[in-house]
Amino acid sequence: MYLYDQYDQAMVDARVEEFRDQTRRRLEGKLSEDQFKPLRLMNGLYLQLHAYMLRVAIPYGTLNSRQMHMLADIGNKYDRGYGHFTTRQNIQYNWIKLEEAPDLLADLASVEMHAIQTSGNCIRNISSDHFAGAAADELVDPRPYAELLRQWSSFHPEFSFLPRKFKIAVIASDTDRAAMKLHDIGIQIVERDGALGAAFYVGGGMGRTPMVAPCIREFVPLDQLVPYAEACLRVYNRYGRRDNKYKARIKILVHELGKEEYARQVEEEFAHLLSQGIEPPLAELERIKPFFADPEFEFGLPTGIDRSDPDFALWVDRNAVPHKAPGYVSAVISLKPVGGIPGDASAAQMHEMAELTKQYSFDECRVTHTQNIVLPHVKIADLHALWTRLDAAGLANPNIDTIEDIIACPGLDYCSLANARSIPVAQKISQRFSANGRTAELGELKLKISGCINACGHHHAGHIGILGVDKKGVENYQLLLGGSEAQDTSLARITGPGFDEPGIVDAVETVTDVYLRERDAGERFLDTYRRIGMEPFKEALYG
Amino acid sequence: MADAGINGIGGTSPDEVQFRFRDDEPVDHGTVTVDSFLDQSNASAVRIEPGDDARALLPHLGRLRLVEVNFPVFSDGRGYSAARVLREAEYAGELRAVGDVLIDQLALLRRCGFDAFAPDQRLNEVDAVAAFARWENVYQHAADRRRPIPELRHG
Ligand code: HEM
Ligand code: SF4
Repeated sequence: MYLYDQYDQAMVDARVEEFRDQTRRRLEGKLSEDQFKPLRLMNGLYLQLHAYMLRVAIPYGTLNSRQMHMLADIGNKYDRGYGHFTTRQNIQYNWIKLEEAPDLLADLASVEMHAIQTSGNCIRNISSDHFAGAAADELVDPRPYAELLRQWSSFHPEFSFLPRKFKIAVIASDTDRAAMKLHDIGIQIVERDGALGAAFYVGGGMGRTPMVAPCIREFVPLDQLVPYAEACLRVYNRYGRRDNKYKARIKILVHELGKEEYARQVEEEFAHLLSQGIEPPLAELERIKPFFADPEFEFGLPTGIDRSDPDFALWVDRNAVPHKAPGYVSAVISLKPVGGIPGDASAAQMHEMAELTKQYSFDECRVTHTQNIVLPHVKIADLHALWTRLDAAGLANPNIDTIEDIIACPGLDYCSLANARSIPVAQKISQRFSANGRTAELGELKLKISGCINACGHHHAGHIGILGVDKKGVENYQLLLGGSEAQDTSLARITGPGFDEPGIVDAVETVTDVYLRERDAGERFLDTYRRIGMEPFKEALYG
Repeated sequence: MADAGINGIGGTSPDEVQFRFRDDEPVDHGTVTVDSFLDQSNASAVRIEPGDDARALLPHLGRLRLVEVNFPVFSDGRGYSAARVLREAEYAGELRAVGDVLIDQLALLRRCGFDAFAPDQRLNEVDAVAAFARWENVYQHAADRRRPIPELRHG
């Protein structure tokens, strides 16, 4: 994985000092809260219902054991012994004191980590495929390109006060595991006539006006990635709406201009920027690539699995994913225990995951946008030992991509913008399906919950989505069906009138009953919905 | 301060400039709006508001000695692009950031080509000097033409 050199370290250290200085000026009253807010936001510090929340960047979701140990230590030292992994492949802490935040950032910097640009109207942490470097279907590892863009976007002088936040994802396979087309810019590394380049999708997003990004250029040569991205951003910075924060995302600009006109303006800017010599040297990409080279996989490893223990066999079926190297798999650690808080991990669990990362996965793990952890390179022969350790730590939930593998935002339990709680709904749904034993039968079923229209829980992209709304002061939940964030990206549609909390849990069960009744062989919930449409589900819910 | 006075001349005066990184004599009068600038053939100082298109000035760079870019609120970042657009077109006169200009924007503004600063509220000198000097190196090209880290790494 990528390691800092003296330049990267100096940048992060300078940032810690800058923030220490800003915090001092705030505490001394030299900065008003209005002036301090954008500065703390650019360091990942939000003021929430009960305390400050700090969001730590995990570039393209990749961590080593030392970093995971530090995340655990931070949970103990500055929070209440927990961390919360999020849909942006980051980690959040919910109980931070402002006075301690500079020390926390210094601790992070000591393991090559930071909270830079994890919030605010700037280019955010860049996300990627959580199976990068392990997936059999990828063209190349997308992370060197993500790292190149990480550097370019860090402290970008022109793009630190954009109309709104800006999120970039980079993938390099046709299977999309990063919700690429639901980002402000989605980049897919592609091959044309034997050369690599990047397809740019611009103007996707969730929030109150969800949109799937259109492709605005099918091929940007690799040495022009940065000028092209810069052109996309400059057009947005100059013309994105600033009169209404709900219309300020780039998706609205692309939508209002039309993708052709937006693309035309980008091309014009791009041609100009090419004359400015702003692209990083190709040698830099070549320097970055070896950091992401394959670890030394062993050859001739056994591939058989002893399935005599049914619990272990179930976990393997659900949580182990094929790998490009024979004898290996990627193992997904579910942070979705039945009745638990999706994405939460205790400090003790993080320490254990760090140990397992070191022992079984070439010292590398990943955070997924589905709020789980991946050990990307595990020997099949080690799986049983790994599972035994995970089980002892309460981390062996066999439920990846099932209805129990719920994405949920913090909701009204923590978030000041929430209309309704998300976490208790997630807890009750996983309990319901664990108790009725249907989880396995339902197979792949992606359920996503947001506590308000901002859609942090990706409800638009759920096979089943749940959206918390406020109905005359009472928490109410709308049900949505048919979304997908994969390569077949689609936006979910609302079924009809909402439900109260017990009602939404029943409603989820009702729609799964319709699926079980109607499905053809081999169909997932999403496939059945797409074939039969909304009506049969509505009929069962409201008929 | 921001109001246009007699003859449409407005903007900041040289006395209001707190930091200046140039040796030439400052223009001793105020600026005109982009619209009046385009109407008048002799004006040499102009003021850009966030909604103005800096590109409209490009045919006239030869006669410009001062461009003032107004930040009515610091969080409106359009002026950063305006500055780079001008510098990329080789505008060499004074580029002055005015309005809601705060300590923590100084280094970024400087990188986009601003070489004079006239904040609405005078800034603490010590904090400002520290802010200008904060970043020993930078990751990307901008109007200041510093060699970025990806180039420094390769000699
Ligand atoms: C608890 C504090 C949080 C606050 C105040 C907050 C605020 C917001 C707001 C206002 C938006 C809408 C932005 C827009 O449409 O322009 C948004 C979108 C989003 N947030 Fe959060 N959020 C919070 C936590 C989270 C967490 C914990 C996650 C990850 C689990 C997250 C991930 C996202 C994602 C993925 C989007 C949608 C991105 C898009 O619109 O393209 N947020 N958030
Ligand atoms: S979706 Fe709404 S409730 Fe949930 S975290 Fe985002 S802003 Fe808060």
